[in-house]
Amino acid sequence: MQELKEVQSKLRPAMVEGEHSFGSVTEKISDLTLKKKTPFGWFVGFGISFMLAQLLIFTIIYLVYKGIGIWGNNQPIGWAFDIINFVWWIGIGHAGTLISAILLLLNQKWRTSINRFAEAMTLFAVACAGLFPLLHTGRPWLAYWLFPYPNTMGMWPQFRSPLMWDVFAVSTYATVSLLFWYVGLIPDLATLRDRAKNKIYRFVYGLLAMGWRGSARHWHRYEIAYLLLAGLSTPLVLSVHSIVSFDFSVAQLPGWHATIFPPYFVAGAIFAGFAMVLILCIPLRHWYKMQDFITHTHLVYMGKVMLATGLIVVYGYAMEAFFGWYSASQYEFFMIKNRIWEGPYWWSYWLLIFCNGLSIQLLWFKRFRESEFWLFVISLVVSVGMWLERFVIIVTSLHRDFLPSSWAMYSPSMFDWSMYLGTIGFFFTLIFLFVRFLPIISIFEVRTLLPDAEVKGDHGNHH
Amino acid sequence: MDSREGYFMEKKIYGVMAECGSTTALVEAARKVRDAGYTKTDAFSPFPIHEIDEALGIKRSILPWIVFGGGVSGLLAGIGLQWFVHVFDYPIIVGGRPFFSLPAFIPAAYELTILLAAFGAVFGMIALNQLPQPYHPVFNVPNFSLATSEKFFLLIQSEDEKFSYEDTKRFMSGLNPQEVHDVEE
Repeated sequence: MQELKEVQSKLRPAMVEGEHSFGSVTEKISDLTLKKKTPFGWFVGFGISFMLAQLLIFTIIYLVYKGIGIWGNNQPIGWAFDIINFVWWIGIGHAGTLISAILLLLNQKWRTSINRFAEAMTLFAVACAGLFPLLHTGRPWLAYWLFPYPNTMGMWPQFRSPLMWDVFAVSTYATVSLLFWYVGLIPDLATLRDRAKNKIYRFVYGLLAMGWRGSARHWHRYEIAYLLLAGLSTPLVLSVHSIVSFDFSVAQLPGWHATIFPPYFVAGAIFAGFAMVLILCIPLRHWYKMQDFITHTHLVYMGKVMLATGLIVVYGYAMEAFFGWYSASQYEFFMIKNRIWEGPYWWSYWLLIFCNGLSIQLLWFKRFRESEFWLFVISLVVSVGMWLERFVIIVTSLHRDFLPSSWAMYSPSMFDWSMYLGTIGFFFTLIFLFVRFLPIISIFEVRTLLPDAEVKGDHGNHH
Repeated sequence: MDSREGYFMEKKIYGVMAECGSTTALVEAARKVRDAGYTKTDAFSPFPIHEIDEALGIKRSILPWIVFGGGVSGLLAGIGLQWFVHVFDYPIIVGGRPFFSLPAFIPAAYELTILLAAFGAVFGMIALNQLPQPYHPVFNVPNFSLATSEKFFLLIQSEDEKFSYEDTKRFMSGLNPQEVHDVEE
């Protein structure tokens, strides 16, 4: 047993670097929130994000006043930026759940120092995602009609529709992600409560910590709850993007009606999500000097996950093209030809292949995989690529309908752009607030990674 | 605790608490406490320690059953709701599908299963732990604020049948703790 452990520790690098004790880990992470002066860069970043978020508010106000005609959507391109951005954001969220739930079940210790802000990222991404279908309904003040409640109209929602499945999947996902995140935060909130000197902080953290006192009986139930939540989130996260893909694949449109969609969408979601985690954590560990906890190894692992999921996505592109040809259906084959070389949007397809297919090949090489700079750049390129993927799926499939008489072109209006940029601002506003007011790394879980956490000389005094 | 009441009435003791510096010390002390026959005990640590369950004799929680119950009721509610809507209350033919089109009903029922099971896990855990509980006597121990960062505590409650202030305190001191505290009610 002892030998096995030694071999393991050699194969798997330590997830906490430097000399740390329970106290120093606690101090280092909680001081970011409680003691350290907010860095100047925080104000700059928050300021820019907050201004972009104002763009979102203006767009929404004008949208509600005027209607969704202010967007570039037309017939037959009835879905465009709204759904592209919805799918893009919700996909980004998926990596957070993957890190917090699936990697927990797989006993991957490296998840521990990145799960907290990956989960925060999930929540904020889902909040951005939810805005699009909500506003796309045109009359968002009646959005509660989507929920099944007895009403004087005697009407019910149509449960055979994938759009209804979406409502259930996305709202469940948002709720469960919030609960998972909050449960994970409780012990750390108690730490902040006990360490805060400021009265208001003590009160607020105390309120949120619900009187957590680290009792062994509480931990016992806490761990069961946490593990079960991970077990529940795993099928949940896989189902959410599968259901999002049903929005397309249940329709009969060539380019959407494909059996490969659910797994291909899920892989794409995790791919995009890891890119976003890297975009967030590379500057974060730098500015906040968290290199001891978010180590080089973490970045390399995330790069590897990105490469693996990216290859699954590329396989998806290959299969889509193959199905188009092999189906022997003229509509399917026309769609593929139109998408790749004959149609006016051929450039978006090749840009997509460049971003998602070619750029990640660099990750095969140690030189790029181990460089923060390149990981950051590749992650940005992948984020653009995953956005383009949804553009290609949605716009190039819709713009050449079955009837040539209904063909049209799509160009986004300025409100499409302002809304998209606005959600990016909103997302980063929330991220900056989170970084300022909550522990960005799970303190109690990092404590369990320290060698001192192990009970020594345990000969199992069992009954 | 500078209250002058102490001069006139006996201090109410909730229990006696030993402060330990490491996980190993805590688990060893906990085993001795259990072997001495104390049952109303508890340990406090800044992170979960698996060995402590056995050392204190903590029984496995019923929480998984609550979660299971949540999941089953979510599934039944999901199927039941869709049956009610599409078969009983407002049957309408859509796309030539049967009123009870089970394959199309799976996604919503599946999500409700997970939602209610997750509610079971979170709210069940909170309820069984009797949280939120802003006040608890252990918070009266000044050093206890370290229980959420670096120290480990072991408590024997005065409710325990074997508890007697003098003996228990002496027993606690014999466990080699860093300090022994009185926990006032």
